[in-house]
Amino acid sequence: MTIAKLSRAVLMGGMAWGMIATAAFAADITFWTWRQEDKAAYEKFFSAFTAENPDINVKFEALPDTTYPTMVSTGLAAGKAADVIHTHAYGWLDQFVRSGYLEPLDEATVPSLANFTPDAIEALSFREDHKVYSVPFATMTLGLFINEDVFEKAGLTPPTTWEEFKTVGDALKSKGIIPLANGMGTSWFNEMFVSVFAGPFLGPEFAAELSTGATTYKDPRYAAALSKLLELRDYMPPNFAGVDYETAGQLFLSGRAAMLAGGSFDIANYRKLNPSLKMDFIAPPAASAGDVPHASKFYDGGYAVNAASPNKEAALRLVNWMGTTEFGNMFSNTLGNISPINGVEITDPILHHVAELNKTAVPHLNVVYFRFGKPTGSEILQANITKMMSGDMTPEQVGVEMTNGIATWFAPFQGK
Amino acid sequence: MKADWRSKPFHLSRRSLWIAFLLAPAAVIMMTFVVWPLVSALQLSFFRFEGLKPGDFVWFENFYKVLFQSPFRDATYNAFWHNIVVFFALMVLENGVALLIAYALLKELPGHRLHQVIVFLPVVLSAVIVGFLWKLLLHPLFGVVNAALGLFGIMGPAWLGSEATALGSIVFANVWHWIGFPALVLLAGMQRISREVLEAARLDGAGDWTILTRIVWPLIAPSVTIVTVLTFIGSFNWFELPLLMADMEGSPGRSTDVLALYFYRTAFGSVTSGIQDFGQGSALAVLMFLFVGAVTFIALKFLRSRELEI
Repeated sequence: MTIAKLSRAVLMGGMAWGMIATAAFAADITFWTWRQEDKAAYEKFFSAFTAENPDINVKFEALPDTTYPTMVSTGLAAGKAADVIHTHAYGWLDQFVRSGYLEPLDEATVPSLANFTPDAIEALSFREDHKVYSVPFATMTLGLFINEDVFEKAGLTPPTTWEEFKTVGDALKSKGIIPLANGMGTSWFNEMFVSVFAGPFLGPEFAAELSTGATTYKDPRYAAALSKLLELRDYMPPNFAGVDYETAGQLFLSGRAAMLAGGSFDIANYRKLNPSLKMDFIAPPAASAGDVPHASKFYDGGYAVNAASPNKEAALRLVNWMGTTEFGNMFSNTLGNISPINGVEITDPILHHVAELNKTAVPHLNVVYFRFGKPTGSEILQANITKMMSGDMTPEQVGVEMTNGIATWFAPFQGK
Repeated sequence: MKADWRSKPFHLSRRSLWIAFLLAPAAVIMMTFVVWPLVSALQLSFFRFEGLKPGDFVWFENFYKVLFQSPFRDATYNAFWHNIVVFFALMVLENGVALLIAYALLKELPGHRLHQVIVFLPVVLSAVIVGFLWKLLLHPLFGVVNAALGLFGIMGPAWLGSEATALGSIVFANVWHWIGFPALVLLAGMQRISREVLEAARLDGAGDWTILTRIVWPLIAPSVTIVTVLTFIGSFNWFELPLLMADMEGSPGRSTDVLALYFYRTAFGSVTSGIQDFGQGSALAVLMFLFVGAVTFIALKFLRSRELEI
């Protein structure tokens, strides 16, 4: 055998060994989410991850969003769940952590947790052991969509205060335009409607007092904020009681309505549905001139590691990567959502507005504080707000129902 | 004799083995998909859930909560009341009208074959299609129903958005969807009545109303039993249409809430408002099962005895 032949054989052998070793030591991990519509984006993110971590392949699997919690809990109970699981935050996460299904994370195992603000970490932490269980992925902001084409044509400017809102609303109505597209036909969207318009009247102090039980929903400030919503009925579509989330979106996108109280999660969606539309996402009307117009905000969820995963090390590396600025930039600029990772550069002008609103935003009250027991604050508000808007209940009665319902599991409200 | 004595048990056991063999697949399926879930629901209903896992054994605490402790109690009775309303509404609107349709079809009026198909056609549609279709027809702004009312200068309401009309609208869609089924069952019952009986009555001068109430109605008692019991079970398991046309929360303001929605929401949570509680959810499921089972048993006894009397 010549030297050349020998070296070729060694080289070939080495290559074969390399290929076998890669195959044998590469970890294939699975990621579960409810975001079927983000499949292409996540596959792009995961190939970027694999390019940096050639020994880990990530498989994207989307489950139906309506049955997602049930499927995830069933999968976890049967030991067949994915290695990395997309979770919601707050009470949703709480029930999975309480069952011992998720791996606690810290900066030793996931150093990128240092890239988040304390309130982002708190949203994805278990309230009993104060450990974080999911790497935060997005903040959602509730504010006011503005159809700029409609405003330009009507020669009006978007309102910044409650009084301006009514003046602009009257002017739009006189031109045959529906000022506000929202209706009361979709429960979860109704709760966001309440947050958008009540938020500036309630402010951060009320939210802080409510969270500790220093005050309750029986507080006259809450009733006063809710009663402002009754004034909006004049500016909503005819038969607004039956106008659902989809119809409200259509009215806004088609230009039949000028404004829509909604969430930043719809920015990308609305752009896709009407690419030529000129729109903006602004703060809700401030209580009066000079007041801060507080938008509302909540953390949508995060990326958690299955405590029973056989590939825990690979899963931890993935969620750590999903907390880096590199991922945050990709995430925000591809999916049009605000990443809570510090240092993310947001290039999109509307998202930039959203990020500004986040600086003074108040918590989306029930989602952040009152989804840890049954009945949740959301359930009670969603069931009663339609009654209030149709005049069958007073704002005070809504406050009493909410306080008494939440008091069944939230001790600080008991006896108040 | 000896051979007979020996072969008989052998023959019997082979026969019973054969029967057991034939029954086994169905029995396995029943045990896995009916008996096992029922037993496990009963078992889970006695536990307080810590997150998604059963915690302490709490005897009847979950039952007590859903039956006697506010606000769960209020939701249970509200949903239960709606199930009762739906049952009686369907008995009158669906089965009552189906009886008249069946009688009209029995008379073989011109075009009866076409009408038979038209009446039965919606039954083959899935609930998803029916729910979506009626949601569009009843749309508060763009719906055909309100557009038609508009021609007469009437502004139609937000059918599914108003507490006064939401449940009625969904019941109406259900009637449209299912009316062909009782009509067909009752028609089959009517076709079993001897022609001579009907013709004799007619020769004696009996009108349609008399024939329908005095002759047809008593003679189709077995069909009425089936239709009534199925309507009862269907009304208390009513889920798809209210979910599709209203939502998981029984909107607006719980005015379309029924037990199946309340059970699902309690056990499996709702993405936008609730969390999962298998303990309380299982208690609701067990109560629903016991109620439907007991009432069906009693109703069958009563209706069967009525059939014999007639």
